[in-house]
Amino acid sequence: MTTITAPATRRTHFLTDTRILTGRSMRHITRSLDTIITVTITPIALMLLFTYVFGGALASRTDTYVAYLLPGILLITIASGIAYTSMRLYTDLQSGIFQRFHSMPISRSSVLWAHVLTSLVSNFLSLVIIVGVALVMGFRSPAGPLAWLAVIGILALFTLALTWVAVIAGLAAKSPDGAGAFAYPLIFLPFISSAFVPTATMPGPVRWFAEHQPVTSIVDTIRNLLAAQPGGADIWVALAWCVGILVVAYGVAMVVYRRRVA
Amino acid sequence: MTTTSAPAPAIRVLGLEKSYKDVHVLRGVDFDVERGSIFALLGSNGAGKTTVVNILSTLLRQDAGTASVGGFDVGSQAGQVREAISLTGQFAAVDDTLTGRENLVLVARLRHLLKPTQVADDLLTRFSLTEVAGRRAATYSGGLRRRLDIAMSLVGNPSVIFLDEPTTGLDPEARIEVWKVVTELAGQGTTVLLTTQYLDEAEHLADRIAILHEGRIIANGTLAELKQLFPPAAVEYVEKQPSLEEVFLAIIGSDTGTAHNRTPSPTATAAPTAPTVLDTK
Repeated sequence: MTTITAPATRRTHFLTDTRILTGRSMRHITRSLDTIITVTITPIALMLLFTYVFGGALASRTDTYVAYLLPGILLITIASGIAYTSMRLYTDLQSGIFQRFHSMPISRSSVLWAHVLTSLVSNFLSLVIIVGVALVMGFRSPAGPLAWLAVIGILALFTLALTWVAVIAGLAAKSPDGAGAFAYPLIFLPFISSAFVPTATMPGPVRWFAEHQPVTSIVDTIRNLLAAQPGGADIWVALAWCVGILVVAYGVAMVVYRRRVA
Repeated sequence: MTTTSAPAPAIRVLGLEKSYKDVHVLRGVDFDVERGSIFALLGSNGAGKTTVVNILSTLLRQDAGTASVGGFDVGSQAGQVREAISLTGQFAAVDDTLTGRENLVLVARLRHLLKPTQVADDLLTRFSLTEVAGRRAATYSGGLRRRLDIAMSLVGNPSVIFLDEPTTGLDPEARIEVWKVVTELAGQGTTVLLTTQYLDEAEHLADRIAILHEGRIIANGTLAELKQLFPPAAVEYVEKQPSLEEVFLAIIGSDTGTAHNRTPSPTATAAPTAPTVLDTK
C-alpha cells in the first residue's frame, strides 16, 4: 500500500501541523462567536459599573477613571478568556480527537501549540472589543505607536503565561467545570490590586498583598504606557512576573502532559 | 498457532505487560497478526483490550515485552509505526464543530497528502456521506459519526487499522454497515485488528480470534480451531426462530443485511444475531 505524501522534514512538519491545527481550533472560535461575547460581557459590565456607579465616588471625572481602570479590565478579560482554552483542550482530550492526532504521523507538540496560538488570537480579539468600548466611554490615550506596541507586547506575554496555566488545568481536569474553575481566582486577582483603586487606601496586610502580586505591576506598567508617563522599575517587575509565570507554567504543563499522554 | 507465511506479520506482540498503579492489566500477552487479515481481540469489559490497542498505536508505553507493527517497534520507531497505522478509538473521535468534509480534509492535511479535498471527497462518496458532508458532525447520528470516524481513519490508506470496539453503542443497522466496511478493508489488503465484546461480531468478521482474559491470551485460533477446543456438539433439533434483530431489520425494510457473510458461518443463520455480551464471571 503506497501513500502519496508530500516530502517534508520534521521541522517543517511542526510549522505546517501547527498551522493546520490552529486553523482548526480558530474555527471553533469563529463558529461560536458567542464565546467572544461571553468573555467580554463581564469585563464590559464591570467597566460600566465601576465607571458610572462607583466612579463618581472614586474619581472626579468618568473619562479619566475609564483610563484608570482599563488596564485592570484588560487583565480580567484575559483571565476569563483563557478559561475557554482549557475547556477546548479538555474537550479534545475527552472526545478522543487528541488520541487520534497523537496516533498520526504529525508533530505532537503542534497539538498543544495550536491551542496556545488560538488562545492568543481569540484573547486579542476580545481585548480589541474592550478597548473599543472604552473608547466609546471616553477613554483617550496620548500614547504613541511605540508605547502601544509595548502594551500589546505585555498583554501578549501575560496571555501566553496564563494560557500555559490554562493548559495545565485543561490537561489535569476531571470535569468540564474543573477545567474552567481555575480561572475564577485569576479573574478576582485584579480586585486586590491597583486596578480599581490605589493600593494606598487599603489596610496593611491587604495592601502588602496588593503591592506584591503580579497584577499591580502589570496594571501600573500598562497604565503608565497608555498615559505616556515614565514607568520606572514597574515594567521590569511586570516582565519578570510574566516570564516567571510562563516558565513555571510551561514546565508544569509539560510534566502533566507527559503523565497524561505517554 | 502456526505462522506459515514467509513475510513478517503485520503485528507482533511478545510478552506484553502493563500495570496501572496496582492493577496488573496485561500479564504477558503474545500474538501475531498476519498481513491482510482480520484479527479479533475478544474480551469482557476491563480485560485490557484498549490497553493493547493503545500500546500498538503508540499512545501508551508498555512496562515489559515488545510490540511491533509492520516490522517497526512501537517504542523506538514510533514515527514509522504512526505512518503505517490508523486508530479508530472507542469513542468516535470527530471534531463536532467541523463539518464531515472538513473533518476528512483536516486529517488528510495532517497526513500531508497532496490533494486533501479530493481524498476527502472520495471517502465521502465511498462512505455515502456526501449528502451530509456540509453539516456539522455534532448533528450526526451515532451511526453516521462512526462512519465518518472510520472514514477519517482510512485517509492516506494506512496498512494497519485498529478498531477499538467499533460497534459498541450502535443500532443494528449501523453495526452491519461497520461490518461491511471492515470486510471491504480486509478485501483490499488492509490488516485489521478489532476489539470487541460481542461474540457474534468476532465470529462473523474475524479470520482469527484471540480471547484476552485476566491479562493473558487464553485462546487464539480460527473459529473452527476454537470450536475444536470444546467437546463435539451433540445433534439436536431446534426450531429456528428469527432473532429480534432479523425481525427488526425485516420490519424497517433494511437491505443492508447481506453485509457480513464474507466469513462462512458454520450455522445456517446468515444474519447476525443480537449482540451476545461476553460474560466471563
